[in-house]
Amino acid sequence: MLGYAIANPTYTLPTQSEDKTMWDYSDKVKEHFFNPKNAGAVVDANATGEVGSISCGDALRLTLKVDDESEIILEAGFQTFGCGSAIASSSVLTEIIKGMTLDDALKVTNQDIADQLEGLPPEKMHCSVMGREALQAAIANYRGEEWKDDHEEGALICKCFAIDAVMIEEMVWANKLRTVEDVTNFTKAGGGCAACHEDIEAILEKVLAEKGEKFDPTAAPVAAPEKIAAVKAPLTNLQRIKKIEEVLESLRPALMADGGDVELVEVIGNTAYVNMTGACNGCQMAAMTIAGIQQRLMEVMGEFIKVVPASEMSKLVNIEVA
Amino acid sequence: MADIYLDNNATTKVDPAVVDVMIPYFLEQYGNPSSIHKFADGVARGLKQARQQVQALIGCEHDSEIIFTSCGTESNSTAILSAIKAQPNKKEIITTTVEHPAILSLCDYLEKEGYTIHRMPVDKAGRLNLESYKRLLSDQVAIVSVMWANNETGTIFPVAEMAALANAAGVMFHTDAVQAVGKIPMMLQDTKIDMLSLSGHKLHAPKGIGVLYLRRGTRYRPLLRGGHQERGRRAGTENSASIVGLGKACELALEYIEYENTKVKAMRDCLEQGITEQIAHCFVTGDMYNRLPNTTDIAFEYIEGESILMLLNKAGIAASSGSACTSGSLEPSHVMRAMDIPYTAAHGTIRFSFSRYNTMADVDAVLEVMPGIVATLRKLSPYWDGNGPVADPEKAFAPTYA
Repeated sequence: MLGYAIANPTYTLPTQSEDKTMWDYSDKVKEHFFNPKNAGAVVDANATGEVGSISCGDALRLTLKVDDESEIILEAGFQTFGCGSAIASSSVLTEIIKGMTLDDALKVTNQDIADQLEGLPPEKMHCSVMGREALQAAIANYRGEEWKDDHEEGALICKCFAIDAVMIEEMVWANKLRTVEDVTNFTKAGGGCAACHEDIEAILEKVLAEKGEKFDPTAAPVAAPEKIAAVKAPLTNLQRIKKIEEVLESLRPALMADGGDVELVEVIGNTAYVNMTGACNGCQMAAMTIAGIQQRLMEVMGEFIKVVPASEMSKLVNIEVA
Repeated sequence: MADIYLDNNATTKVDPAVVDVMIPYFLEQYGNPSSIHKFADGVARGLKQARQQVQALIGCEHDSEIIFTSCGTESNSTAILSAIKAQPNKKEIITTTVEHPAILSLCDYLEKEGYTIHRMPVDKAGRLNLESYKRLLSDQVAIVSVMWANNETGTIFPVAEMAALANAAGVMFHTDAVQAVGKIPMMLQDTKIDMLSLSGHKLHAPKGIGVLYLRRGTRYRPLLRGGHQERGRRAGTENSASIVGLGKACELALEYIEYENTKVKAMRDCLEQGITEQIAHCFVTGDMYNRLPNTTDIAFEYIEGESILMLLNKAGIAASSGSACTSGSLEPSHVMRAMDIPYTAAHGTIRFSFSRYNTMADVDAVLEVMPGIVATLRKLSPYWDGNGPVADPEKAFAPTYA
């Protein structure tokens, strides 16, 4: 036996949070999971919403006691079959809506639920959607209306940008998309780590077959949304800044659709400093979004551009800028 | 807080004795095994010894039948791709619905390339029907690939018998034995198994080292080309430290194989019995009478697995689950679906897998917290009402959209 002492190792491990589980749940999610608020059915409830799907492993029943005069939600209770974030989303939802009028409650979005939880991993955003839907279903139930689910959820294809199969299929149908590049241009799916390109090709193959066409990976891309003419000659600094603004403007609608925005703070050399605002600020996908913006800028400008969060600028104070 | 690791089918702790034998290969004998100088002159001997230690554990005839690879997945891919490349006229593959994704994803891919894949179903206890297997064997089949033991339930398939049947039909037979090696005794030279995959990190060796057993005389094509290593059957500089570590781990596994099947099994049985006695509406999945000694997979009805794991984790206990949420997919484990476990139970399956490092105190700790965890989550569940499930649960609570 060799005498190598391993009893007192000199190595150190990277630090990690104390109770790390399989997901990077925020402290708020853990708080609501370990100590859920308003668990159980409300006694003498007069509104019930039931949504979810046992096959997917998420199901939620929301019960409300609504004051008939003022339409104020007096009490809210949840019963949830689901994972940590499903239970936390249900719990935080009941906290948000208690004391609200039904009309105000209807304005609660799934983003509000996710925000209250200090963010959810992309694979878990559907838990917040389920919360909003349960609320809509309960209010419809109170008002004697029939609530119909208006979205169909498919398997998550692009984990970088949280795009599911149904969304991609719809975009392929609606916009006559034919290549992976098209799908990336229209949905962002596939614009990150490239792991889902095979899956996107499978969707294209399926949809195109339904339309009687054949998938051809070398097909010319359809026009990208709001395509900006690529730059040919070398740019002056002023031209560069103007062009960057132009590209950011073209990306803005997509960001705003997700409740976020981007703002150009400074351009030094070929580095663009931006502020991510709204839902993008603090979003777990902000880094992916920045990478996507950088990719787009480089495509249009035909030169290397680095996109960096403006918060990084402070690190530059002592650096001479040419 | 307790520190209890019951996730040994996922991976294991490296045995300190294994680490000990590895260190000289990082610090002294770090030469390339192909070099001719004093930094390498002990490496070849180390590799040779490791090969013999693996040979002893799986009971194969020659140590040259051992090919070191980077992991179980590489061994699996090498085996199947070798079989179809070596027999280009055969376009069918037989496997099962409950294989590890390392096999299933590859088969899905080959299906797109034009291969016919026969995925044999299992019954509610996870068992195969050998009569239908016999009917599938033909001269069109390039390879049969069937796992020795299932990673989720521990259920053991009769691979020796199936290999003999394949051999009689002139069909090559591969088994993914990643979960079985080191847990149950095996003697490959007495079987007709042509290829077998094993993985170091499941038996207290490091991650990143695996083996493909290749019976002498089996037609073969390498996956990685580029060098003479492993007799040209797997090019790439040998991972000498890990190979030597795997050798030691195999020696230890052989030493402990009886312990595994007595003491470890006793701990597993004690936990399983305790849980099923104390908690209503839970049941053991898989073939209870033909299983790995270290594994129990228990379905807790009307609650969801990730929530259970989070509460177990808070109590310092590590296990794993077959729920959809733990993998970020929309479906519970394919193994649970293949056994037709209802959704209300499949999402609540928890696998406890033991090793020789566990103790009866670990079992007691789990038994102490488990009833409370299940009760807490059932109180939140729409399928649960006070002391029992709501009547006809899947109908009583049938929410919008499916």
